[in-house]
Amino acid sequence: MTGGAHEARVEAAVAELFRAERGRIVATLIRLTGDWDLAEECVQDAFARALEHWPCEGVPRRPGAWLTTTARNRALDRLRRSTVEAAKLREVVTVADDDVHVDVDVDQDDIGDDLLRLIFTCCHPALTLEARVALTLHTVTGLTTAEIARAFLVPEATMAKRLVRARQKIRNARVPYRVPPAHLLPERTGGVLGVLYLLFNEGYSASGGADLLRPDLCAEAIRLARTLVDLMPDEPEAVGLLALTLLQDSRRAARFDGAGDLVPLAEQDRARWDGERIEEGVALLDAALRRGRPGPYQVQAAIAACHATAARAADTDWPQIALLYGELAKLVPSPVVRLNRAVAVAMADGPAAGLALVDGLAHESNGHLLPATRADLLRRLGRTTEALAAYGQARALAPTEAERRHLTRRITDLRAD
Amino acid sequence: MKYMLLICVDDTIEPTEGDPTIEQWLDEVEGKRLDGSQLRSIQDATTVRTRGDEVLLSDGPFAETKEHIVGYDIVDCADLDEAIRIASRHPCARFGSVEIRPFAE
Repeated sequence: MTGGAHEARVEAAVAELFRAERGRIVATLIRLTGDWDLAEECVQDAFARALEHWPCEGVPRRPGAWLTTTARNRALDRLRRSTVEAAKLREVVTVADDDVHVDVDVDQDDIGDDLLRLIFTCCHPALTLEARVALTLHTVTGLTTAEIARAFLVPEATMAKRLVRARQKIRNARVPYRVPPAHLLPERTGGVLGVLYLLFNEGYSASGGADLLRPDLCAEAIRLARTLVDLMPDEPEAVGLLALTLLQDSRRAARFDGAGDLVPLAEQDRARWDGERIEEGVALLDAALRRGRPGPYQVQAAIAACHATAARAADTDWPQIALLYGELAKLVPSPVVRLNRAVAVAMADGPAAGLALVDGLAHESNGHLLPATRADLLRRLGRTTEALAAYGQARALAPTEAERRHLTRRITDLRAD
Repeated sequence: MKYMLLICVDDTIEPTEGDPTIEQWLDEVEGKRLDGSQLRSIQDATTVRTRGDEVLLSDGPFAETKEHIVGYDIVDCADLDEAIRIASRHPCARFGSVEIRPFAE
């Protein structure tokens, strides 16, 4: 074996550890030092040391424990040298001394708990939603500030400030670093799932964009959802969210045409859907539903599964989807859910039934979605003049260029008929 | 850690019957609440600004807003979650709002 190949293997091992273990190690260091910046810097340092030492000394038997110990020792050094932080030093030394024997044989459960503590703290409702998303991506998944800024199309300085403020608030207002107690757990778990789903949607709606440098937020969201399912195996909604993201992501390759235009679900080439993702999503959903504690993510995953398992668009079980949207509207009373239910009813019982429901929602703000849905139903009912007017309204309200192009095409087609 | 709870309400809104009373809340936070008081209305407020050598006075609150600070409480809590729990149970939180401000020291 050549030296170069050996080094490449070590580098690949370190890269894999960074992906798989970094969040856990940062989480432990934050618990030990109470200092988010210090924790991240020391973990970064530990990985740099691994790259330096492992090619000669070999990869240690327990690389995760080696990295944790190295990062912790580094934090101790840094705190010892800093006289300003004398008080903090006393704290960490006490913790660390108790910990010396423990961390040689790091307890996996403890480490899992640390990661869960970190996730819940990053998603604390006292932080803005934007800050929760940024902090989770930065601290848990290890994306750089520049990468997160690119993902959310904001200047790097803005994102850096957002992260600094969030960490300051956690420290200054003493946001507890813990998994919430039982009476807060359902609500806070819902908050964490909300952050992960927002992250997924951000990536999903942007995936037609031309900017290939934007990191793949869908993949990060799915990875975080997997982690959460590992850490909270008894939470069916976490499993529901993972299933939902997998099922939606399975359509990724078919959602945009060569010109970057959105392809409606019914017109997508189903051969390009990812069968493995669908299979995994459906299996996860079945396991979650067997627990008998349904929730919004499981219901949405069930709807996504109805689409994903229909061999052709015409095979879609619309009555079942209409029923599921009815259930979802009870759990999440939101205008967009009620609109989607109307669409499903239109598919199950005909456009007139759907239009009656849509017209009942006219007072609700749904942006361009309401007129676009009305337009489609009016077109199917042969009421062309009204349909054209509704398409026009929808186009004026559409937020993205791809959607405006899609609506323009509808108008052109309708005029040609 | 000490937190200041700033109790803010819109004067035009009256509490509804059956809401918990301030006495019930005070009983509940016994031992956590270090100090606090109701404040007189903004009609009795004077705002002072010193600019150079000049002391500028104005009648009324420092900002014209719909909601005004009508009282404050200082509580000593383990963390923000405890402060949030205490603030959320304050009677005024039901129709006004409670701003939680951690002490700097």
